[in-house]
Amino acid sequence: MNLSVEQTSESPPSSVLVRVNPETGQGQTILKSNVPVPKIKARGLSAWFGAKQVLREIDLYIYPRSVTAIIGPSGCGKSTFIRCLNRLHEMVPGARLAGQVLLDDQDINAPQVDPVLLRRRVGMVFQKPNPFPTMSVRDNVLAGLRLCGKLKREQADEIVERALRQAALWDEVKDRLREPGAGLSGGQQQRLCIARTLAVEPEVVLMDEPCSALDPIATARIEALIHEIKHQYTIVIVTHNMQQAARVSERTAFFLMGELIEVGETSRLFTSPRDRRTEDYLTGKFG
Amino acid sequence: MSVRRKEIIGERVFVALCLIAVVLPLVILLLLLVDMVWDGAGRLSWQFLAGYPSRHASQAGILPGIVGSFYLIIVTAALALPIGVGAAVYLEEYGRRGRLANFIEVNLSNLAGVPSIIYGLLGLGVFVRVLGMGRSLLAGACTMALLVLPIVITASREAIRTVPDSLREGAYALGATRWQVTRQVVLPLAFPGILTGAILAVSRAIGEAAPLIVVGALAYVTFLPESLGSPFTVLPIQVFNWVSRPQKEFLANAAAGSVVLLVILLLMNSLAIWLRARLQKRRTW
Repeated sequence: MNLSVEQTSESPPSSVLVRVNPETGQGQTILKSNVPVPKIKARGLSAWFGAKQVLREIDLYIYPRSVTAIIGPSGCGKSTFIRCLNRLHEMVPGARLAGQVLLDDQDINAPQVDPVLLRRRVGMVFQKPNPFPTMSVRDNVLAGLRLCGKLKREQADEIVERALRQAALWDEVKDRLREPGAGLSGGQQQRLCIARTLAVEPEVVLMDEPCSALDPIATARIEALIHEIKHQYTIVIVTHNMQQAARVSERTAFFLMGELIEVGETSRLFTSPRDRRTEDYLTGKFG
Repeated sequence: MSVRRKEIIGERVFVALCLIAVVLPLVILLLLLVDMVWDGAGRLSWQFLAGYPSRHASQAGILPGIVGSFYLIIVTAALALPIGVGAAVYLEEYGRRGRLANFIEVNLSNLAGVPSIIYGLLGLGVFVRVLGMGRSLLAGACTMALLVLPIVITASREAIRTVPDSLREGAYALGATRWQVTRQVVLPLAFPGILTGAILAVSRAIGEAAPLIVVGALAYVTFLPESLGSPFTVLPIQVFNWVSRPQKEFLANAAAGSVVLLVILLLMNSLAIWLRARLQKRRTW
């Protein structure tokens, strides 16, 4: 009996096991239920700011209910990549892109797709905590729902508590819900921004270096929170901290100068990188 | 050693010059104020505040001027603020950067520097004649609104620009439309700055006489404006009228009128500053 692992250039976290009948040569899939369907597919994605190309023909699949980390040195296009996934890239004057991004096999750049509705499905947490300074903690959590007009008054308290609990912030702020969100510490502000993102109940959560402005304790809290919520969401986290990628993600993609150099299971990529450049980056030869 | 000494002396001279530059205008301003209050104090009375103009300096009052100025400011603000803030929002949040934007930008600064009498002539031509408003409060307010519009727009744009893009992106990422981002994130944060612009605009408008003389505000009004279509006068015109009379007694009236104008201006500005401080307090903590 031969067991072969179906290899694609884009190998999913758990590959398909195929039992091959030696007489007929025909294969029979025995582990089909484990095959994850990609939530997001980037195909030949290129992006520019004016004349400067920042992404080159990226092909990357992102799988649901897991964390995909994107690592690479500064200016490698990792932030631009995730900003293409919720169409924030196009908000920058002079920004352009080519290629496709499919969310559940639907092209998000198709003319009939409303970017506003897309962003309600694909939430984002930014590098610098950006709670709305004119709003209280509670209003910050509800901001997304208010903006969408989906908020029902009698559900508000419940939504606030659930989102803040998910973001592991409830116990710290439950007595300060009416106080301004800007009065919290940096780490609390970032968790408030995560709560605000989760309150809209997105399918995908993009995180753009969410811990780079935080101290190690606040970082540990956010990482623990990512572990808690990853089973419900598709998470893409950009980080320039390789240890963080190793700790939180199932899959890691390595970007360099706008190109996707290598992608694979995090444990595999970190222990036996296939590309020389990945190895050099991981071992600190540059970065 | 001597070089260092020279440097020190040079620095002291510079600081002294700066100090003079600060103190001198303040002293002159103070002297003017004292002189004005000195001249006008004798005329300040309830009868002066609540009275109507008269041929006799001792019986003349400025009630029509006070009420006229007050109405004019309200209508001017009601016209200029929504249009000015709207224009600023469009230019900053919606309009594309480009040649047209630059052209508008340069011309906004130019408009702010156009002599007010020109606005008066424009108001006379457009509002009084073409639009048939006559020599009314409304025509005066429309002219004033044009005059202060560049101030309101420029101040509002500055205020809107201070709102960090990270907050706009945060709101967009939550699925907000451009209008929702503007309405719920940008404008509340920009509001104190916009209020500053409103203060500047109103202060400018309340002290202007020239354009209103051209538009046809009266100097001798023995009634209060009843509607937007009424003839009217304002404090600066009343003061101007008194100053230009030959009789000496009217000069005291002019001084007293100026004091009243100044007090109203200070009251309005303090109200706006207090409001702004309150809003800023709520914003940060």
